[in-house]
Amino acid sequence: MFYRETNHIVSTYLADRRMMPLRQDRWFLYAFILFVLFVVPQVADDYWFGAILIPLLVFTIASLGLNILTGYTGQLSLGSGGFMLLGAVATFNFLYRFDGQNLPIDMPLPLALFFAGVVTGLVGVIFGLPSIRVKGFYLIVSTLAAHFFILWFFNSYRYFVNYDHAGVVLLSSRYYELTWLTLNPDNYFLPELTTLNLNNYVGKYYLVLVTTIILTIVAKNIVRGAMGRKMMAVRDMDIAASVIGIRVGATKLIAFFISTFYIGIAGALFSFSYTTDINLRTHELDRGFQILFMVIIGGLGTISGSFLGAAFVYLFDIIISLVGDKMLGGMFDSAFVENLGKVITGVVIIILLIKEPGGFAALWGRYKEKLRTWPFPH
Amino acid sequence: MDLLYFSEVIISGLLTGVMYSLVAIGFVLIYKSSGVFNFAQGTMLLFAGLTFVKLTEQGVSFWYAFMLTMGAMVVMGILIERFIMRPLANQSLLSLFMATVGLSIFLEGFSQGIWDSAVHGLKLSEFLGEPPPIEAACQNGFFACVWARFLNILAALLSPNPIFLSDYIPGFDVLIGAFDIFAAIIAGSMIIGLSIFFQKTKTGMSLRAVSDDHLAAMAVGVPLSRIWAVVWAVTGVIGLVAGLLWADRISVSFTLTQVVLKGLPVILVGGLTSIPGAIIGGFIIGVSEKLGEIYVAEWFGGQGIENWFGYTIALLFILMRPAGLFGEKEIERV
Repeated sequence: MFYRETNHIVSTYLADRRMMPLRQDRWFLYAFILFVLFVVPQVADDYWFGAILIPLLVFTIASLGLNILTGYTGQLSLGSGGFMLLGAVATFNFLYRFDGQNLPIDMPLPLALFFAGVVTGLVGVIFGLPSIRVKGFYLIVSTLAAHFFILWFFNSYRYFVNYDHAGVVLLSSRYYELTWLTLNPDNYFLPELTTLNLNNYVGKYYLVLVTTIILTIVAKNIVRGAMGRKMMAVRDMDIAASVIGIRVGATKLIAFFISTFYIGIAGALFSFSYTTDINLRTHELDRGFQILFMVIIGGLGTISGSFLGAAFVYLFDIIISLVGDKMLGGMFDSAFVENLGKVITGVVIIILLIKEPGGFAALWGRYKEKLRTWPFPH
Repeated sequence: MDLLYFSEVIISGLLTGVMYSLVAIGFVLIYKSSGVFNFAQGTMLLFAGLTFVKLTEQGVSFWYAFMLTMGAMVVMGILIERFIMRPLANQSLLSLFMATVGLSIFLEGFSQGIWDSAVHGLKLSEFLGEPPPIEAACQNGFFACVWARFLNILAALLSPNPIFLSDYIPGFDVLIGAFDIFAAIIAGSMIIGLSIFFQKTKTGMSLRAVSDDHLAAMAVGVPLSRIWAVVWAVTGVIGLVAGLLWADRISVSFTLTQVVLKGLPVILVGGLTSIPGAIIGGFIIGVSEKLGEIYVAEWFGGQGIENWFGYTIALLFILMRPAGLFGEKEIERV
């Protein structure tokens, strides 16, 4: 009754191929985008921006990327932490080396993010090469090698972190400056340059939000297009896919590229908008598992699952630590509270895997079904 | 290249490899019987080691503590089967893998929560005490003499002092860790015990049937859930033995869970379904890590390559044989 899929009549092929074929979905999405673009920055305070919204969106991008690889193409990866670090360091190097003085180009942050994504993607392809020959769990050796190699590489060759001994790079405010051409009200033929500094919570929020929106639209269109169908064919049965003429190896490598491109950008944004420094110790192996949990708990092979999973895993962590600090912190010592948090996290993960193997995306699908048939479920 | 030095490196690599194999055997047992890639192996080591250490610190004697911990591991295996494996049967392998990651997080919090998060030293030689002098014991009869000799050898093996092979083979001037030999003996007898268990007992035969084809095994009346409980319990006991041996080396703390990362390349080289593969894989990874530390590390600025070197070696082997050296090749058809 509340959610109907009937009476959505299309008369052109273009209308039939829309990303959101249902009118109410579309309206809801438009309203939601307007809400996060214009209402949220008005009402959110620094805590919401810094501790919740920005990292949430960053993890959403990362789990979108991993979902393309693991959920859509069926290749297991545990190396997300290493790729995130690579993305962050690459972005820093593009901004630091191309500063307009030593080299004549002053690279803006969005362009640096893009190039860092490409660099991460290419490295991802190199470590994805074994996937052509190796299948299943044997592939995790390659992604683990990637993770440990990248961490070791930046720890050994400190050139890329500006020879900092502690392995921490503080990001200067200069990197956040974006120069725009704006219309000059006095002379319309002579546009003037204005500089916008994103180095505040609202600016960083917009940076991450706009990136998330763009990357989500791209991801959605990749997975519903020819490429996505090839990926899903490879995932479901690679022998059958090769029989019908899909180049399995190329598809896997492209999936690796897209996935690590996303994860690299997520890593860069993690440093540039959330932690505001690049620390070589931020991304340990746990990061790869965290993002894999987001993908699996959200729902493998769904775009909405990446959002739901990232939100659940990240907010769950925050709630656990908040409850631990505020309510139990006075009664027990901190080590016990931390261990209790781990116990609860482990139990919740196992329960979710048992109760909802399809993830939150499947749960949402079932609730949509309920909304449709209410109040006469039979 | 100095040949003696080289052989010393090789021998110590082989013995380190045995330590890796100890972890890898637990992996292989579970993967073989249920197709689950058990990431919780490392935290099982921590749980076993921590339980054992805390019991002995409270004055429980070695064998009581050992039996109690073994009982705890068996109970844990049964609980894992009941509350994780059974509800998740027929789920995708990825879900099962992530469930073991969840189990690993749970066990990490649980074992450190009921005991503590401190670093506990554990020296197995302390439980043995001072061995009796051989001459005095040999006057009390033959068996006392043999027993005293055995205790003396054991004490020598458990001591932190290295063994000079030149004492036994003239001119062969090589140093090896005594404790590594002890670990190798334990690992070897564990493998012999496991193969007897697999080949000769009824439960072992059911285990092999389940690992071949669990649907067919169920059809002929093998109780699947009981078999899984047995596998998890056996893995828990292996985890206890491996945990004690590793704890003697690196002491009982959170670091013990990281041992799982050493076991991963080993089973991938050897093949996920083969116990001999776990041993050979351990040798290969152990030796190549030692060789890499000495001959390759200097090309790379000389530090920290051990984190990724094992994986790179494993990767090379897997590229040559995608199912590991001894793993079962899957026949694929549409």
